[in-house]
Amino acid sequence: MTPTALHPNPTFSPRRVGAMVLRYWYLLRGSWPRFLELAYWPTMQMILWGFINQFMASSSNWVANGAGVLVSAVLLWDVLFRGQLGVSVSFLEEMWSRNLGHLFVSPLRPGEWVVSLFTMSLIRTIIGVVPAALLAIPFFGYSVFSLGLPLAAFFVNLILLGWSLGLLIVAMILRYGMGAEGLAWIVVFMLAPISAVYYPVSVLPEWLQWVALSLPSSHVFEGMRAVLFGGAMRWDHLAWAVGLNAVYMALCTLVFLYSFKQARVRGALLQTGE
Amino acid sequence: MTQDANPPAIHVETLTKRFGTRKDGEVTAVDGISFTVARGSVTGLLGGNGAGKTTTISMLLGLLLPTAGRIEVLGVDMVRHRHAVLPRMNFSSPYVELPHRLTVRENLTVYGHLYGLSGVKRRVEELAEHLDLTRFLERPSGGLSAGQKTRVALAKALLNRPEVLLLDEPTASLDPDTADWIRTYLERYRQEAGATVLLASHNMLEVERLCDEVLMMRQGRIVDRGTPSALLARYGRGSLEEVFLDIARARTNGEGADQGSDREPADAAE
Repeated sequence: MTPTALHPNPTFSPRRVGAMVLRYWYLLRGSWPRFLELAYWPTMQMILWGFINQFMASSSNWVANGAGVLVSAVLLWDVLFRGQLGVSVSFLEEMWSRNLGHLFVSPLRPGEWVVSLFTMSLIRTIIGVVPAALLAIPFFGYSVFSLGLPLAAFFVNLILLGWSLGLLIVAMILRYGMGAEGLAWIVVFMLAPISAVYYPVSVLPEWLQWVALSLPSSHVFEGMRAVLFGGAMRWDHLAWAVGLNAVYMALCTLVFLYSFKQARVRGALLQTGE
Repeated sequence: MTQDANPPAIHVETLTKRFGTRKDGEVTAVDGISFTVARGSVTGLLGGNGAGKTTTISMLLGLLLPTAGRIEVLGVDMVRHRHAVLPRMNFSSPYVELPHRLTVRENLTVYGHLYGLSGVKRRVEELAEHLDLTRFLERPSGGLSAGQKTRVALAKALLNRPEVLLLDEPTASLDPDTADWIRTYLERYRQEAGATVLLASHNMLEVERLCDEVLMMRQGRIVDRGTPSALLARYGRGSLEEVFLDIARARTNGEGADQGSDREPADAAE
């Protein structure tokens, strides 16, 4: 008799993913400050960089030639940041509430849980970034949606990198406990200088350019500038971004799975909490 | 994987759990224990702090990987195939909480879906009625009293009508009235559902009342076992509390702990 014949339990259940999304949605809808906070920072960042963009457009040909280049950059940067934070914070909610012990004696599988974290990350990113993007239209007369279809490619690649980073942070917290909680808010900023968010990769020292080009994010921002300045989609940058994302996602998934197994060896699923 | 058509509810063979490394200082929390729990029975895991009860339960649930040994629940190898049997089990512990900010209804609904129940809303309301929780359904779980939280945890543990129910100190920190109410409910559930219950407890009255069989643990080993009445007779004591003290004081006196020993434990403790 096979184990599955004893009691049907699919290896991947969309219903269990939905249950976890429901769990995080209940948490989010139960607190208006959380909702507000999601949109607050992207909006403030957009307003700040919108004014910088306006000022720079009057004094810099480079900015003047790329309408809304800095606003687009800050909004797309927030996709990466919110994408990572969406995974990490939903995971931290389980740690803060000491709920992992209940979750993993239920039929929930780690893969289903991870997909629910990704789904919540997508929801949180949309709630955070879309209002800021819409506000940029009346505030600065610039719509990031004018990027057209390439915007979707940029969004997907940045959120994928955010998810990989989120998984890595989850793995670190499972390994090192709540002492590593702060990583959720700082790790992504290590990538900011070399992601060439607000300036081209060519500004960086040559040796650092190679580091920058090993990140999907720098290819996305180079691609964004290519569209804004020349109107042409740089397929080479898109291909690099997709390829690198596939590598990073695979590596981070392996690190997460190893860390999860080690948590079961050490008993961390029961003990970890505030 | 056991091929037995009607395997015992729980079968454990030479189960061992060591934490840490030899370099950093290894601690053996569970030391080669073996036991079988028959279907439909209530078995108590008794022992002092650090005896290995919670570690054993965690391994039975698959939350913790054993260092060595074998665990089968309803004939399924828990290390290799735990997801095949998890829908038929459940667990409650006052030390593992449900999310505080979710209401009781929200928490139970989420777990109802995780266990794949049909008619989640109906089941949640049914359990709320049974466990006198209906008036708390819309309240945040974190705002409940200890007794109410225990009843909510029990409701979560019974959502899927588990065939095997593992309880870690189910009445810890409850007043006698609430504790008695919980025990009565557990007795009724076991009788009605024919469920198997394994409970770890420090409460000797609870164990005497609920358990068909008792496993006495000390320093990670099972040092004695039997029905409550057999243990009382063997140790020549009037209550399990006195038996417990005999075993605990054997540790203080530096006595060895032989699993399944047939020596006279009461003598050894004196």
